Amino acid sequence: MPALPDGDLDDLTPEQLAARWEEEKPPAAGALANAASSLVVLGVGVGAVILSLAMGLGTPAAPQPGLWPFMISCVMVVLGLFQLVIGRHNRDAEKFTRMSMAPLTGLVTLALMVALMPTIGFELPALALCIVWMRFLGSETWRSTLVVSAVVVGAFYGLFVLALNTSIPHLF
Amino acid sequence: MDFLNPVINGFAVVLEPTNLLYCLVGVVIGMLIGVLPGLGPAATIAILLPLTYNVEPVTAIIMLAGIFYGAQYGGTITSVLLRLPGEASSVVTVFDGYQMARQGKAGTALGLASIGSFVGGTASIIGLTFLAPIVAGFALDFGAPEYSALALLGILLVATISSGAKTKALIAAALGLLLATVGRDVFTGESRFTFGSLELADGIDFVPIAMGIFGLGEILYNLEERHRAAKAPSKVANVWPSRGDLKQAAGSIGRGSILGFFLGILPGGGATISSMASYAMEKKRAKQPERFGKGAPEGVAGPETANNAAATSSFIPLLTLGIPANATMALMFGALLIQGVTPGPQLVEENPDLFWGVVNSMYIGNILLLIMSLPLVGLFVKILRVRAAILAPVTALITLLGAYTINNSMFDVTLVVVFGVIGYLMKKFGFEPGPLVLAFVLGSLLESSLRRSLLVFGGDPMGFFGRPISATLLAVFVLVAVLPGIRSMLAKRKASAVAEPGTVQIKEKV
Repeated sequence: MPALPDGDLDDLTPEQLAARWEEEKPPAAGALANAASSLVVLGVGVGAVILSLAMGLGTPAAPQPGLWPFMISCVMVVLGLFQLVIGRHNRDAEKFTRMSMAPLTGLVTLALMVALMPTIGFELPALALCIVWMRFLGSETWRSTLVVSAVVVGAFYGLFVLALNTSIPHLF
Repeated sequence: MDFLNPVINGFAVVLEPTNLLYCLVGVVIGMLIGVLPGLGPAATIAILLPLTYNVEPVTAIIMLAGIFYGAQYGGTITSVLLRLPGEASSVVTVFDGYQMARQGKAGTALGLASIGSFVGGTASIIGLTFLAPIVAGFALDFGAPEYSALALLGILLVATISSGAKTKALIAAALGLLLATVGRDVFTGESRFTFGSLELADGIDFVPIAMGIFGLGEILYNLEERHRAAKAPSKVANVWPSRGDLKQAAGSIGRGSILGFFLGILPGGGATISSMASYAMEKKRAKQPERFGKGAPEGVAGPETANNAAATSSFIPLLTLGIPANATMALMFGALLIQGVTPGPQLVEENPDLFWGVVNSMYIGNILLLIMSLPLVGLFVKILRVRAAILAPVTALITLLGAYTINNSMFDVTLVVVFGVIGYLMKKFGFEPGPLVLAFVLGSLLESSLRRSLLVFGGDPMGFFGRPISATLLAVFVLVAVLPGIRSMLAKRKASAVAEPGTVQIKEKV
């Protein structure tokens, strides 16, 4: 990433600087995202209420296993409802932007690694993960990507397999 | 001076080569992650939790503590040189530190900050040495009702003082409590929320949750964040502040130590809040407040002193009451539990080696950090050139492989990834992850002491108000819970016409 022209930035007062940071933050998400997150909370809460009821509540003096989860999930439902109504216009949620593809890609590589590690060992998935993260998510050059990835996987092999002798599934 | 005997024995523990080595490792890692924007101390500690399985409890905590207070030192460097706060607790340092750097006094700013950090940290350790046994002695009489009230209050305070929306933080805390109930019910032996899974029968381990939510969640979140451009300066000259500078900053270092110490003890307090409070206090006290923001040495020395003092004193509630005051302390709590040590008032008496070993290791750690941040500062400035693109996959791999080594099970790795996604989404939607982890750690303690007290009271919840300490704690709880609502209602009624001044919220990095 190119360096920002620094000259005009240097004379900002703390307040201006803070305001600038505020601007640079990812865009805030709208009411829909807030409502959706509240609904997820409500869903989890209601689900937990039902499951706790099924476990049995008992009395405060002789509680069944469900009493404590029931209390927490009731609090959660109340908070979820409150958030749904009052927190509608909060601006603390972030919008998903084109940049959000990066964590998604990252997640896919992580999931693949978890899926492949037991069958083909950690080396090749780890190498692939490094290459994807450095070249495509981090825009490193191909040369430095390949060199650094190989070194990193080699170092992990040395550390976890040769030095610490852990039972991490490995191919070689 | 019988009281001092265990203190001196503690030094013997620290001076064992292994412990010294881990202390050094801890503070170097802390310094590094402080310098590198990206991961914060909590995320780093979470990722490194598997490392602590094979060492003695005291060694493990010495290292983790070193990471925590080391990060406070390191965060300053990027604030001053690049105007990028390496840690949330160094944000205010940017205002005057960077201006000092522009005036060619970068070295002075860094020097003042390290000396202030050292003084604040050391003063705080001395305070900890004297205050902690007293608090622990007082808390020895606590029974189940007091613990329920204390845990409830701790969770509430951490949730409401956090930087984001309070309702969302409370929701996160409730989710944490709920996750803590997964597994076998200790009282009846029945399974809860396991959905027939054998792996969940013993409950969810703390480590995968912490590694996922703090570690991987943070890594995924950082992938998206456009890193502000930075160019590292080639070298920093003259880090030794002059006598005049020191004299000018001495007052703010003294005030910062005291302020930081007390704010650090409070649940929900800690390094970030105390650095901000110290900056505000210095500005208010100054004869020429207009100098602030233009390179006032007090604006660097005060906050940097305060954040270090607070980082140290936040160990007091953890080591004496068994109640973590912030998210990082929740991780320490978890690390101790893994080692079979339950932090609480009995710790000073039953485990003096651990208690005083950890406390005294901070003296050594602070001296090491002073050395690293004065003569060796150039070395750490060079590290700024390591690119985030290279660091991200390395930390992700450390997390996954580390998670595997805990129990040699892929299930833990899967859990880490799942909680990583949850942590990422929580950050995206404005839910603080800290309260979740804290509530999860305290969840089983809270449930068991609540149920035990209700047994004692014969099922009557009013029994909590029949005991002075639990009644006071619960009264504070109600006050904290209700006060913001009343205040905002009053404010709305009074000044609906007056436009609210734009407040700045800096997202806390964990």
